[in-house]
Amino acid sequence: MADNSIDVKGLYKIFGSNGKKYIEAVQNGMSKDELNAKHGHVLGLKNINITMPSAKIQVIMGLSGSGKSTMIRHINRLIAPTVGEVMFQGVDVCKMSETDLREFRRHKTAMVFQKFALLPHRTVVKNALYGLELQGIDKKEAEERARHWLQRVGLDGFEDRYPNELSGGMQQRVGLARALTNDADILLMDEAFSALDPLIRTDMQAMLLELQEELHKTVVFITHDLDEALRLGDRIAILRDGAVIQQGTGQEIVLNPADAYIADFVKEVNRGRVIRVDTIMETAENGTATVSIPSGSRLENVAKLLSDSGETLANVVDDKGITIGAVSMRSTIEAMVTPAKH
Amino acid sequence: MGIRSFVTTELSLTEFPELGRTDLRNLKKGIDEAFKGFTRNYGEGIEDLFIPLLRFLVWFEKLMLATPWPLMIVILCALVYAGARNWVLVVGTATVLLVAGYLGMWEDMMKTLSIISVSTLICIVFGIPFGIMMSKSNRTQAIVTPILDIMQTVPSFVYLIPIVMLLGIGRVPGLMAVCIYAIPPVVRLTNLGIRLVDKDVLEAADAFGASSRQKLFTVQIPLALPTIFAGINQTIMMALAMVVVAALIGVQGLGGEVLKAVNNQYLALGLFNGIAILSIAIVFDRVSQQFGKRLQKHSEVIHG
Repeated sequence: MADNSIDVKGLYKIFGSNGKKYIEAVQNGMSKDELNAKHGHVLGLKNINITMPSAKIQVIMGLSGSGKSTMIRHINRLIAPTVGEVMFQGVDVCKMSETDLREFRRHKTAMVFQKFALLPHRTVVKNALYGLELQGIDKKEAEERARHWLQRVGLDGFEDRYPNELSGGMQQRVGLARALTNDADILLMDEAFSALDPLIRTDMQAMLLELQEELHKTVVFITHDLDEALRLGDRIAILRDGAVIQQGTGQEIVLNPADAYIADFVKEVNRGRVIRVDTIMETAENGTATVSIPSGSRLENVAKLLSDSGETLANVVDDKGITIGAVSMRSTIEAMVTPAKH
Repeated sequence: MGIRSFVTTELSLTEFPELGRTDLRNLKKGIDEAFKGFTRNYGEGIEDLFIPLLRFLVWFEKLMLATPWPLMIVILCALVYAGARNWVLVVGTATVLLVAGYLGMWEDMMKTLSIISVSTLICIVFGIPFGIMMSKSNRTQAIVTPILDIMQTVPSFVYLIPIVMLLGIGRVPGLMAVCIYAIPPVVRLTNLGIRLVDKDVLEAADAFGASSRQKLFTVQIPLALPTIFAGINQTIMMALAMVVVAALIGVQGLGGEVLKAVNNQYLALGLFNGIAILSIAIVFDRVSQQFGKRLQKHSEVIHG
């Protein structure tokens, strides 16, 4: 499989009439407030370095104003950086010519927006095939592919409706179908589910995970919701005031928050859903337990297995069925409860 | 005191310090002579430029007059139905045409319809591209806006003078006078409509790799269309408002009859022709409004 990782290196963005002029000052440690007060420029992003893994979901999390929407727009250069590189398949997106950039956007990326951004004057199917239409693909083929993806996201029968006739959740399904129809390697999702109500959001998350299992796209997912980040993200980067303050897997962030700010965030997280059994298991002598659980399982599943079976100990087995450790009810519960020091 | 004597002898506050009478006369004469010279030298050439337009105007008018009246009524009613999809308007149009014809205004009405149609067409053909250009650059907008303001506010009689001096009287100068007055709304509203297009949708088009041409035709114009249509509606209304003024420089039709009625104090003639102009205006207005509304069908059903 092709390497579709995205490498963001040394990315800075200063908003204002002459951002380049102040880049050195910022690199030498000028703060966001100082830059704004002295020069009237706004520091959007500060020294971003993220390697987004190929065929995985990279979540970028942050509160409003943290620069996460600015960040995702650098990947398809809807916003151009002040300095820095965005490497994809050996090419720096930031240095592409207008024509190359257009081709890159048409064939390599597809985007889903927080406010859906559908074309209100076009029917659902005409919205879904918009990307293919821009590529100049034959109408009949484009429509066929659009219908296929509309059906995959559960919109059969709505093809000829207008976006205004659909609910928010359904409109975002159209947005997702429009992006998937493009068949691009990179899927950019800018707070795609944030405008939806909680139940529908959970549905959409499940659908995205299910689709990702067969599509293996490089997904960049922006969110302000830590639960969403932990559920979807193979890797998570946390942004604050335009800088990455921690990145890693969800488990790493929950277990070892880099600072008090993140610790505060992860305090409320359902740890049983994040922490894997491998983290807390002890290498055990073979065959002490009567039940076993696969490696990589989440703690809440371990707890359920143990309480259902009435046992206090379970074997952890790898994908070949060989026991690699054991986990007790006690340590499971301990790990699921938020440590007092946080 | 020195000041008082200065005020009373040198500068009166009750009488404006004008340019000397001779100087003023020479200034006006200079401008007149210069323009007359320009007309003498280039007038014929400029007139020749407009010959194709004149031919088209004459041909179109003849065509409308040569068409048998029942066929004309059917064609016009069909156009109204195509635009508005409304039977009440179709019946109204037929009634207006029949009554006007019965009262001896058929020929004048056809002439007026022909010049209004051609001038509206010209306004649309030039106005929409201008509006698009304006929407693309703030500098263009800054230059064009004051020109449009001038076109709408300078009394039409003022620009009739140079037009008549250059082109004489007749259909072409009449058409130009109408277009100068009527084109600003369609330019303005095309510009406005495109500028008001939702930024999020435009960003989505960008993200999917639309070229600026593709953006214009797949996003900007379709979404601006209802606003553009409001502009076309206004343009038609303003063109109709100019038919009487245009009659002053030799455009025949209902406007000419109104002018005749004013000059000779014929009350009935003035009323009949005035009401005929009004009826055309109402039909045009309703048809273009209904058409504009139909373009927005997609936004009618809003999900709760």
